[in-house]
Formats: sequence, C-alpha cells, structure tokens
Amino acid sequence: MNAILLWTIQLLAVPALSPLGIGIIRKIKARLQNRCGAGVLQPYRDLCKLFGKDETISADASWVFKAAPYIIFGVTLAASAAIPVFSVLAANPLADLLVFVYLLAIGNFFLALAGIDTGSAFGGFGSSREMTVAALAEGGLVFSMLSLAFAAHSTNLFKIVAVVSTLSPAAFAPLTLSLIAFMIALLAETARFPFDNPATHLELTMIHEAMILEYSGKRLALIEWSSANKLMIFAILGVNLFFPWGFAAHGCLVPSLLAFALVLGKALLVAVFVALVESSMAKMRFFRLPDLLFVSFILSVLSILLIV
Amino acid sequence: MFKLYAKILSTPKTVIDADVLRSNDLEIAGKKLKEKVRKLFNGSLAIREVDAGSSNACEQELTALGNCYYDVERFGIHFVASPRHADMLMVTGPVSRNMKQGLIRTYEATPDPKLVVAVGDDAINGGIFKGSYGVLDGVGKVIPVDHEIPGDPPSPTVIIKHLLRILEDVEAKGAKPRKQL
Amino acid sequence: MITPLSLYFASLIALAVGAVLSILSSRHDKAANFFGSSLAALAAIIGMISSAWVLISGQVYSFSAATDLPQLSLSVKLDRLAAFFVFVICLIALLSSVYGYGYVKHYFGKYNIGKLGFFYNLFIAGMIMVSAAHDAFFFLIAWEIMSLASYFLVVYEDREKTNVEAGTLYFIMTHIGTAFIMLAFLLLYGSVGSLDFGAIKEGMAAVSPAVRNAVFILALVGFGTKAGIIPFHIWLPSAHPAAPTHVSALMSGVMIKTGILMMIRIFIDVLPNPPLWWGVVVLLLGAVSSLLGVLYALTEHDIKRLLAYHSIENIGIILLGLGGALIFTSLGMYPLAILALAAALFHTLNHAVFKSLLFMGAGSVISSTGTRNMEEYGGLIKLMPQTALFFLIGSMAISALPPFNGFFSEWATYQALFAGIASASPLVRLAFVAGAGALVFTGGLAAACFVKAFGATFLARPRSHEAKHAHEPAWGSRAAMACLAAIALAAGVFAGTVTNLLGKVAQSVGSLSAYAPAFSANAALFSVQKGFASVSPLLVFFALAVAVAVAWFAVKLAAGGRAVKIARTWDCGSNLNERMEITATGFSRSIITIFKSILMPSKQMTSEYRDGHIKYFVKASTVKLEVKDIYGIYFYRPFKELLTKIADRVKAIQGGNVNAYVLYIFLVLIVLLCFLSVK
Repeated sequence: MNAILLWTIQLLAVPALSPLGIGIIRKIKARLQNRCGAGVLQPYRDLCKLFGKDETISADASWVFKAAPYIIFGVTLAASAAIPVFSVLAANPLADLLVFVYLLAIGNFFLALAGIDTGSAFGGFGSSREMTVAALAEGGLVFSMLSLAFAAHSTNLFKIVAVVSTLSPAAFAPLTLSLIAFMIALLAETARFPFDNPATHLELTMIHEAMILEYSGKRLALIEWSSANKLMIFAILGVNLFFPWGFAAHGCLVPSLLAFALVLGKALLVAVFVALVESSMAKMRFFRLPDLLFVSFILSVLSILLIV
Repeated sequence: MFKLYAKILSTPKTVIDADVLRSNDLEIAGKKLKEKVRKLFNGSLAIREVDAGSSNACEQELTALGNCYYDVERFGIHFVASPRHADMLMVTGPVSRNMKQGLIRTYEATPDPKLVVAVGDDAINGGIFKGSYGVLDGVGKVIPVDHEIPGDPPSPTVIIKHLLRILEDVEAKGAKPRKQL
Repeated sequence: MITPLSLYFASLIALAVGAVLSILSSRHDKAANFFGSSLAALAAIIGMISSAWVLISGQVYSFSAATDLPQLSLSVKLDRLAAFFVFVICLIALLSSVYGYGYVKHYFGKYNIGKLGFFYNLFIAGMIMVSAAHDAFFFLIAWEIMSLASYFLVVYEDREKTNVEAGTLYFIMTHIGTAFIMLAFLLLYGSVGSLDFGAIKEGMAAVSPAVRNAVFILALVGFGTKAGIIPFHIWLPSAHPAAPTHVSALMSGVMIKTGILMMIRIFIDVLPNPPLWWGVVVLLLGAVSSLLGVLYALTEHDIKRLLAYHSIENIGIILLGLGGALIFTSLGMYPLAILALAAALFHTLNHAVFKSLLFMGAGSVISSTGTRNMEEYGGLIKLMPQTALFFLIGSMAISALPPFNGFFSEWATYQALFAGIASASPLVRLAFVAGAGALVFTGGLAAACFVKAFGATFLARPRSHEAKHAHEPAWGSRAAMACLAAIALAAGVFAGTVTNLLGKVAQSVGSLSAYAPAFSANAALFSVQKGFASVSPLLVFFALAVAVAVAWFAVKLAAGGRAVKIARTWDCGSNLNERMEITATGFSRSIITIFKSILMPSKQMTSEYRDGHIKYFVKASTVKLEVKDIYGIYFYRPFKELLTKIADRVKAIQGGNVNAYVLYIFLVLIVLLCFLSVK
C-alpha cells in the first residue's frame, strides 16, 4: 500500500510540479524587475488553455512533426521515473548515468528534427544551434556525473546518492568542481541564460524557442510541459546527487514524505539560483557558448583526476 | 552586479506609491480584467501583436503594457512570439499595401478560436492616413475584425479598459471564444 | 559429413559457382543478376549456419594442407572469433544480395552485369577466406583477392572519371597496406621459421621484443590502412561512394572490419603479452579517428561521403575498445580485457548492421533522385516513407540512442574506459580519460550530423526537380532495409544476450580463455564489474514504449476532440520557398566554425559585376567553402615528392647501357658471395 502511494508520487511528482517550478522562476525574475508578475500557478493555466485550443499544422510537416511532442514528453516521463527523487523505493536498473543522458538525447534529436520538418527558416537554424549546444554540453554533463560515479564506485544514480551522503568534507571537496560543471550543463540543457533566452521574441536570439514556433494547441502544451519537466528533472537530480542529505534510505511512508518535502525545498533553491543568474547577466553570444561548455568539461576532468 | 542588486533592493516594490495604486482606474479595471481572463481563457490570454504599417505609436503603448508600472502579465495576459501560439491578434497600423499579404497570412496561421482586435484609429479606419494611396484604410478591409480599441494612440490604461469591455462583450455574446474543457 | 568446416567450404564453392555462372551469362543481364545475387545469398545463408554452429558450440575446427615447401601451406581455423566475423560478413552479404537484386537493375544495358556478379561473389569469398585464414600465405592470397575484387567493384561505373580516380587511390593505398602486412609476416617468419599462425604462436619465445614491436607497428599501419584509421583513411571517403550501393554497404560494413579482426588476431592471439604502449597507441588512435571522423562527416554534403566518414568514426570507437583490451591485457587485468574486447566486437556487429542500413537507404535515395548531393533532396519522407523510416532507425542507432543497438555497444565501451580510469596508473589513466572524452563528444556530434543528414534529405520541402518526383525503391530493397532495421532494434533490446555470447567469443582469444569476464549479461540485465554499472535493455525499451504510449493516451483523453487544421508554414508573412530552408551546409556551419582550428575551413567569394568599373550591382556570385586537406598537404604530398626525388636520383643507374647492367649483376653477385661466406 505504502509502496503504491510512494511510487505514484515518484512518477507523478515531476510532471505535476514542473510548471510550478517555471512559475516560481518567472515570479522571482518579475520581482527582481520590481513588478508583480503573473502568479506562480500561471504555467498551469497556460497549459490548460493550450490543451483546449485547436491546432494549425503546416502542410509541409510529416509524421515526425506530429509525433515528436509525444516522444519528447514520453522521454521526460521515462527519465523522471529513472532518477532518484526522494526515496530508494524507486531504485531500478534504469537509473544508470549513461541511460539517463542518452534518454534525454532522444528528446533533443526529435525536437531538432521537428524544427527542420516544416521547412521554415527559423526552425532549421534553431535545430542547428540546439544540436551544436547539446553535442558540446553532453561532455560536461556526463563527466560531472562520472566524477560522482567514481567517488561512489558505481554509475547507478541511487548508489551515488547513498554514498555521497556519507562523504567527509575532504572527500567532497573535489566534487565542488563537478558541481559547477553540472550547473553549467544544467543551464545549457534546459535552455536558460546564458545559453538561451526562454522569453525572447527575436528569432535570431532563439535556440529552443525557434524550433517550436510552428507548434500550436495540445502539441505546444506538451512541448512546453516537457521543457518544464526537463528543468525539474535536472534540478532534482542535481540536488540529490550533490546534496543528498535527507534522502529516504527506506521505503517507509513518513521518512519518504519528509524526504519529498526536503527535495522540493532544495529544488526551490535551484530555481532561485536560475532566476538570479537570469536576472544578473545577459545571454552570451552564440560563439562564446562552446568556451563555457569546454570549461564545464575541463572542470569535470580535473575533478575526476582528483578523485581517482 | 552588486550595484544592480543594491538598486533592486532599494527600489520600493512597485514604482508608484501604494495609495495612488489602490484608487487608480488601472487597478480597478485590471482586477476585473483578470477575472474575465480567468473565466473565458482559463487564466491565460496570449496576444500576438501585428504591425501592419503603423507609426509605432501604438506599438510603444502596447510594449508599455508589459513594464513595471502597468505589468499586464499579472492579469494572465502575455505577448507571444508566433501567431501559432496566440489567442488574440492585436493589429496596429492602417495596413500598408506591402503588409496586406503578411497580415492575411498571420490571420490564417493563428489557430481557432481566435479574436482579432484593431488597436488605434489607424487600424480602425485608416486614421490620419485615410485615403492615402499607400494604405488600405483599416484592418477590417483585409481580415475580419472582431473588436476595436480607438485612440491615436490609446494609452495603456485605455487599452486595458477597452480589453475589459471586449471580454465583457465576448462573454455577453455567449459564444465562448474557446471550447470548455 | 556435415561439419561447420564443410559448410564453410560449401559456401566458398557456392560463391565460386556464382562468380563463374555470372560471368558466363554476362550477355543476359537478368540471368547474370540472378546468378550473381542468388548464389551469393545462398552462400551467405550456408556461411551463417556454419558460423552460428561454431559460435554456439564453441568447438574449434581446423583444416590444413601442407606441401613440400614449408611456406606453401594452407591452414584454415574456424574458432569463435573467426566464426563471429564470418557470421557478420554473411549476414550483411545476404541482405546486401537481396538489396542488390533490385538495385542492380539500374545498370541493365549500361554496364556489364556479369562482371559485377563475378567480382561481387569473389569479394565476399575473399572476405570469408580472410576471416578464417590461419597462415600468412593463404591469408595474403585471400587479402589480395578481397582487395582486387573490391577495386574492380569501385571502378565498376568506369565512365565516371571520379570513380576511376577513387579506384586508383584505393588500389595504391591498399597495396601500401599489404606491403606493410607482408613485411610484418616476413619478420615473424624470419624469427620463427614458419608462416602458420599456430606455429608462430608456439614459437613466440624465439621472437625478440624489438621484432615484436616492429611487427606491431607494421601490422598497425597495414591493417589500419584497410580499417581506415586516421591518417591512413584518405582512400575511404572517395572509394566507398564510388562503388555500387550494395557493395558500399559491404565495404563499409564488413570489409574494414577484417582489418580489425586481424588486429585482434595478431595483437592479442598470436603475439601474447603486449607491452603497455601498444594499447595506449591504439586507444589514442581510436580517440583521434572517432573525433576527426565525425568532424569531417559534418563538413560533407555528399550523403555517401558523409556515411564513409562515419565509418571512420565508428572504427575509432571500436579501436577504443580494442586499445582498452590491449592495455588491460598488458596490466594483467584479464577480466576487464574481456569486457573491452566484447564491447569492441559488439560495436563491430552493430556498425555493420546500421551502416549497411544507412548505405542502402542512401542508395535508394540516390537511384531515385539521380544525385548524391544532399542540398538537392528534401521532402522525400512523403514520397519514400518506408525508406525514410528505415533511415531514421539507422540514424537513431548510429547516434547511440536507446533502445537501438548502437547505444548498448557504446555503453559497453564506456564501461571499459571507465574501468580503465578507475584502475590504471596516472599516465594510462589520462589516456583512458582522453578516450572517454572523445567518445562523449563523438556521440553528441554524430547525433547532430544525423539530424542534418536525415533532415536535409527527408524533411522540409523538395529543393530540386528530381526530389519532387522521387519514388520508393523495389520491394526487395525495402525488405533488406526492413530486416536490418529489425535487427538493429532486436540487437538493442536483446543486448544482454548478445553481449553474453560476445563475451564467450572474446574469451576464446589467446590467453584470455583462462579468465572470467568482468561482466555478467543475460536477457534481462547487463551488469559490469559486480555492480559498478548495470543496464537492462528490455527495461529501457519497455519504459520508453510505455511512457510514449501513456503520453499519447493521456493527451487523447484530455484534448482529443480538438480540430486540426492544415495550413501554410508560418513564414512571417513572406514568400517562403525551398531555398530558405536550412541546408546541410548551413546546418553544420556553427560546428565547423567552433572547430575551425582543427578543420581549417576556408571561404572564397568571387563576384561578377554588371559594370566592371563601378562594381555596385552584382550579376553573379560564387562562394566556395572548403575544408583544408591536412593529410594530403602535410603528409602524403611531401612523402610523394620525397619518393619522386629519390626515384629521380636512382633513375641515373638506368642509363640504357647494357654493359653497365651486366656490371651491376656482377657486383651484386660478389656482395652476396661475401655475405654468405661471412655467415
């Protein structure tokens, strides 16, 4: 009984709460601009409205365009089932470092194809930029999680969580480099500043948004929801891998619910961090992004060499 | 960066004094507008702004809707980057000949249900450009217009009050602009 | 008596019969095509049965025929390693023959079909013979048959000058490689006194370390030229596109793997106890090949050249596994060596499958549109939906996306490299980190390249007249592609079972048989090093399938009743035409600019003006985008010039005076007699 309840929470947590995460980031940004901004539940209202609208699809689009939102959303659901959220109850063989990274890569692949599919000029170059950034960000992402894997002697995400919570401060020190690298990779993969501006209207400054200009109605809702899911997945993964204290080591009900609340609190801190970063700096010029991504890779490599 | 945060923290919550706010037309209309948007659009109204050869005066006013003072986002209204994402098209300008095709294509690219609002005197009937050889004298001559917001240009407060009126009209007509979930 | 060995010879006989019948019926195109394809397919089926038998039973079958001269002997050994390669060759040959039966119809009336069938069967026979050859003499004969047959296939369409040039380059490079291989075998013969691999293995004590190192370098260059390692790869991008498509699939999918097979055979099986630096060199060569291969692929807009560069990239990935295996063997960590070797073998199988699939898809598109230039495709998914689906599956497999097979072999390679990072000494650790870093970036860049290839070819709108009138290929071609796509998915979903079998293959090589592998794999779970990492291929597949299905059903329930209207693409109100879509060249421009220090791109613009004096209105403009040919300029051309200079000097002795020639013979005789008397 407990197991069913906890599994339901694990599977539904990310899709159900991700729009709230986006809403909180937007609210903080609005406050930092000295205005009220929409409420934190606004993204839910946006999604509801979009599900109720009709769609207009380009005549040039093929089944790839029509199927891509379902595949992308499905991939985020599978990834959210794979990561440790709040308790070891959900430990499963899907929670492997490389499986996680390449599952999300499927989403990027199909989104890029959907951008090219309609034959619009913006979608194509959005896909080109997105694949470039994704290809280079993968290095920092895999290697930062790899340094944790070496510290924990396993690439299973649940085992990493278990071991990192017992590390001494001296053993944890090299992991701070990986933390920086992971944060850079998080910003790149979730299309936030300084890599991409999620609120821009200027097509020449878009990366992620450019690929979804053709979507409308329920498919647009799915894609927006998927990018919210992705941000939530990365935030939860980051806090659980680097700051796992409070993670429920047993499948019991009360510790698990406490752990869930704790994880949400930590993810909230990540949201605040992202909002502060977005309010403090401008988006970087596209050809400066590879430098930042290589920095992420090199920091991770240094961290690995310090650990093994 | 620290100067930026120092400035943010030292500026009061909103730029205008709180007492002035409470009695302001804008706030009263805004509250009612938020209610209407919640009822008719599920709390989220997406607007695509189309410049059909205008003098940019109306665009400035529409852009001002998003600033700290008017902050129309708190009512659930936001501007979007593509007509495919939009519920409402706000068209400004008297529709120059060059923009005729663009305007028609934008209208066709917007999914149903949609509303078209002509903003500014120029968009309604050509305004000060009426009769010129280079314009088509109003948006209504090119695409079907559902509502109008007069003014040259209308100030943001006027735009919000007219939006409220438009949504009240839509509600009164009973034809829901969107299918109920 | 039916044994795997007799079946093996039966398949060779079937190929010989096919070759002969094909050339005899060269006047009748249809008959030649039939004999060429069907007998090759039959031989492939027999070969698959034979090799599967050996793979499952694990028994070794040998055959040797000796003559009075010790050098002239014939030795064939079907052990698990050879059987694995024979299986892969026969599998791809079978599907390639099925594809070719329909594809070759394009050549009816234009070229000699009997010649095609003859060399095609000879080529497959050469490859099968190379896999099981167990003495250097027979091996070299089989190697030459394979190389010559493939040369004639490359220049088959000899009316195109580029094909003939590609063939010439291929001919020269493969014989340079063969020369290095011959040198290596001669050195071994000099030390051991026999050309038989088994005898060499037993006589290893007589071989000094200096000779072993020399053999390593010569074999690496020789087999590396066939495999396509950078910098010996220059023949690959021109030769693979030049051949007919089903031959390209074979060349790219399996012929280059014979180089890998022989590297495994020589470095791990025949020459035991490799020193550490061998493995490090192979690992670093693999890292460089994979990264540079994918970067050059991104610069290409000829679809077959793009796929050829991806072959170089994947050979690099296989070498990462092989290098890891060599390093682990030299450090005494045999269980990890088995893991690394099994990963390399798995990637060999997977690459053969998805590369052939991609080449077949590309071939169908090329024969349908008449051009190899991706800039002239577009929108083909509506006219060739099945080919598009199979090409998409191939693209997902090569980009290492779950649940297809490419992901699981790269996963295994990663695990081998991670094990190296965790357990080796600091300097060797750096090599493994470099390898793992190369693999990570290669995976991402390969995905980018295939978004470009699939997108530019099949998506958006047709960019040329030919693309608007494309059509699906013959059903045989589609059936072959469907089979390969199904195998790609099956090898992914059942990756555990396949890895288990490949572990046994890896264990059968050389001294590894005494050790247990560092992983355990069954249908449900593939787990490495007692839980350092584990993956469940079945679970990944089901999780994905269920998640996408749930998404689809939930949305259908929530929003199923909404109307969908078909309209124009949103073009900001402009007149969007095909020329405004992203092109293959434009897609990769960002990446080329980012890596400009490696690729050294150049851009030349020439403009023709309406008025030469004022130069204001442009009449026509040409832009030439190029990537610097580093290997040609810095390596091959100076080498060629040096060789030419030496040859010019040496030419002096050929004066034309017969008396001088007699003097030369006399002098050499004196030197030889002195040499022999001293010895």
